[in-house]
Amino acid sequence: MERGRHDHASIALGLGMFLVILYAVGWYVAGRYRYWFPPLASLEGGWIDRRHWITLWSVTVGFVVVHAILGYTLIRFRSGIPGRAAYLPDHRGLEALYTAVPAVVFIGLSVGGILLWQRLWRPAPPDALVVEVRAEQFAWSARYPGPDGRLGRVDPRIPRPFNVDPDDPASQDDFTSPQVVLVVNRPARILLRSKDVIHSFFVPYFRLKLDVVPGRTDELVVTPTRVGTYDFACAELCGVGHYIMRGRLRVVTQEEFDAWAAGQARANPRR
Amino acid sequence: MAHPLHLEAPERESFWRKYVFSLDHKVIAIQYLFTGLFMALVGGFLAMAMRTQLAWPDLHVLRPEQYLGFVSMHGTIMLFWVLTPLQLGVFGNYLIPLMCGARDMAFPFVNMLSYWTYALSIVPLLAAFFVPGGPPNGGWVQYPPLSALRDAAPGSLWGVDLWLVAVILFCISSLFGSLNYITTTLQMRTRGLSMGRLPLTIWGMLLTATLALLVFPVLMAAGILLLFDRHFGTGFFIPAGLFLGNRPVPQAGGDPLLWQHLFWFFGHPEVYIVILPSMGMVSDVIATFARKGIFAYRGMVGAMIAISALSFLVYGHHMFVSGMSPLLGTGFALTTLAIGIPSAVKTFNWVVTLWGARIHATPAMLFAVGFISMFVAGGLSGPFLGANSVDIPLHDTYFVVAHFHLVMAVASLFGIFAAIYYWFPKMFGRMLDDRLGRIHFWLSFVGAYGAFFPMHILGIAGMHRRIYSIQAFPYLQPLAPVNVFITISAFLIFLGGLVFAWNLLRALRQPATVEDPNPWRACTLEWSTRNRPGHGNWEGPVPAVYRGPYEFSVPGEERDYLPQWLPEPIPARGT
Repeated sequence: MERGRHDHASIALGLGMFLVILYAVGWYVAGRYRYWFPPLASLEGGWIDRRHWITLWSVTVGFVVVHAILGYTLIRFRSGIPGRAAYLPDHRGLEALYTAVPAVVFIGLSVGGILLWQRLWRPAPPDALVVEVRAEQFAWSARYPGPDGRLGRVDPRIPRPFNVDPDDPASQDDFTSPQVVLVVNRPARILLRSKDVIHSFFVPYFRLKLDVVPGRTDELVVTPTRVGTYDFACAELCGVGHYIMRGRLRVVTQEEFDAWAAGQARANPRR
Repeated sequence: MAHPLHLEAPERESFWRKYVFSLDHKVIAIQYLFTGLFMALVGGFLAMAMRTQLAWPDLHVLRPEQYLGFVSMHGTIMLFWVLTPLQLGVFGNYLIPLMCGARDMAFPFVNMLSYWTYALSIVPLLAAFFVPGGPPNGGWVQYPPLSALRDAAPGSLWGVDLWLVAVILFCISSLFGSLNYITTTLQMRTRGLSMGRLPLTIWGMLLTATLALLVFPVLMAAGILLLFDRHFGTGFFIPAGLFLGNRPVPQAGGDPLLWQHLFWFFGHPEVYIVILPSMGMVSDVIATFARKGIFAYRGMVGAMIAISALSFLVYGHHMFVSGMSPLLGTGFALTTLAIGIPSAVKTFNWVVTLWGARIHATPAMLFAVGFISMFVAGGLSGPFLGANSVDIPLHDTYFVVAHFHLVMAVASLFGIFAAIYYWFPKMFGRMLDDRLGRIHFWLSFVGAYGAFFPMHILGIAGMHRRIYSIQAFPYLQPLAPVNVFITISAFLIFLGGLVFAWNLLRALRQPATVEDPNPWRACTLEWSTRNRPGHGNWEGPVPAVYRGPYEFSVPGEERDYLPQWLPEPIPARGT
């Protein structure tokens, strides 16, 4: 074995490990200031962001520690230094230590994640705004319950796209809209339905995502916190137009919403 | 258990029997090697085309449906036709009999069938590029109804059928292989080679083959159901009331989530199928070039067993946002983070092995240490994706692409390269060039960090997966420079691959002059026979084994290694 060359290679890789630390941290710093999550616009998103940061700090410590030790080891214990390798088949204490520490960290992160998970899936409060978000290749729309507050019945046997029963009294005052409109600081109960294949309702500003699976209605609860217009995406591969399947979501005040809903109901009744 | 038939007459074998329909596990391994490397070239080419499209969308090198076809084929080829066979097919085949002290596999004919079924499965797979509509558009996961309805996407017209036939053939090939690997390891070890003295490579292969044996049939069954949905009017995965455009879909009664459960019950163990053999092989490479035994051998075996067992219980994290019951999400988050514990233990064991060692940084060793770095870099994004609530914004974004490429794809590829550099003299009687090997390593290492690490940032910024272009989304448009950076880095990886190919061809054109059967001064049994062993593996009797696989630098010994087959009294621990 060419000892000298291998020594240089060992030192180079050791230095490489330290550079990897700088590089990785560098990307996160650049990311934090230039390419981070889009501006936060929901209550639930804030909870998720906090857990993201906790996770990020925990794993960063692990990443830096392992790479620093590797870097030092590669330089310090290269083949050219005198003497033989140490003989150390095992060491119970050391093994126990580095089984216990990751166990505590990982179980802690998982329990923290799960507690938040339970909160995210809580039932919507009774006064929540109800809206059905509909996905099809490759567009989004929304259906609102109208003044009666009830969405018309859905039955897969009804031979119309989205299977809404036109004869159900509750669907008489329903109206649809190409945009999703929500009310600021009012929890919204979003029902997700698909006409054809699986899509995924992904609002980066809310940090929320849920698949839109044909044949079933899944729902999520979100509380918008900022007035504005937001783009959202389809995050599940749904066909050739997947990359252009963009939706528009507006968050408005209650008064603006009421005025908008009244106008929509007149212009676009019964569908 | 020897096969007398094969032993008596290696010279009488015809060309076809010797090199094409060979029953010799070593020839079959080499067949797998070249086929797998060819497929890696195809899969890599698809990746380069996709990256070019993403970095410079105005060039329009691909159309959207082509892009999705490439997405599907890249993932499918890399997982099924590259990473799985390059580990189990090549090194499982080559090393299990040699490291266990067997003359051949338990069922040499089935072994040959395994390779030829694999080779055959490539035909329908690549044919998908030449049918109307092109290859499937649904990614390697092929979620129905997109894949089930023939009008849902161009690639669903014929591409999915060819894909399914190819995958089903691959499943059969994998079953043939796994049966052999398990039986040979359990039944045909030489005298003295207890399970506790098995090299970690063989432990990795044994556990992997067990996983493969248990999960590939599930994928096969799911694939057959999907074929029925596509052609025989069944509705396993298609619910009632669907419309494509304004046309109603006739099938009814199924659930798209059923496919996801079946697919990921296979799919998650599959990612361990492509990393466990590398974990084993990297351990062997590290021990030899550190001149130091693997720290905590029992802990290593225990961790691999724990990972294999847990791998069946974590698949639901692929479905956190699928609409699956949140209660299931809770359970899967716990098991997923639990699998991080044995993974961390293995990492620390490798690090402690290196501590106090004498590190000979050959290309094989560079790739082995690179494996640890990639495994850590990719593994540590796992807690984001496994802790269900933190996963929600990151699911199906480039954060996931970063995670699995680093921890599974690049890490196992590094393991494969380490293995090729390490076992090359045994397989071919030649050495790969050191300098070209270092160039190959550095291009791959820099390229992999350059290509995959920034994808974490893309995912955090909200870039979702499998999109042809970011231009439709204003909030994604600032990410364009990052995509250019990633693409240039990806080219470096590909360039590294070409350097490797050059190194390989160059070495193979030279005469086989490496006579030393144990050029690395390693301890495991395959180094006890001559290079390029003939059919039957050992010219004399099969050696017995007297000690564990990693007795390096034992105090009081003159040499810094004690091979397993040396029948001297053992001065150190008597395992």
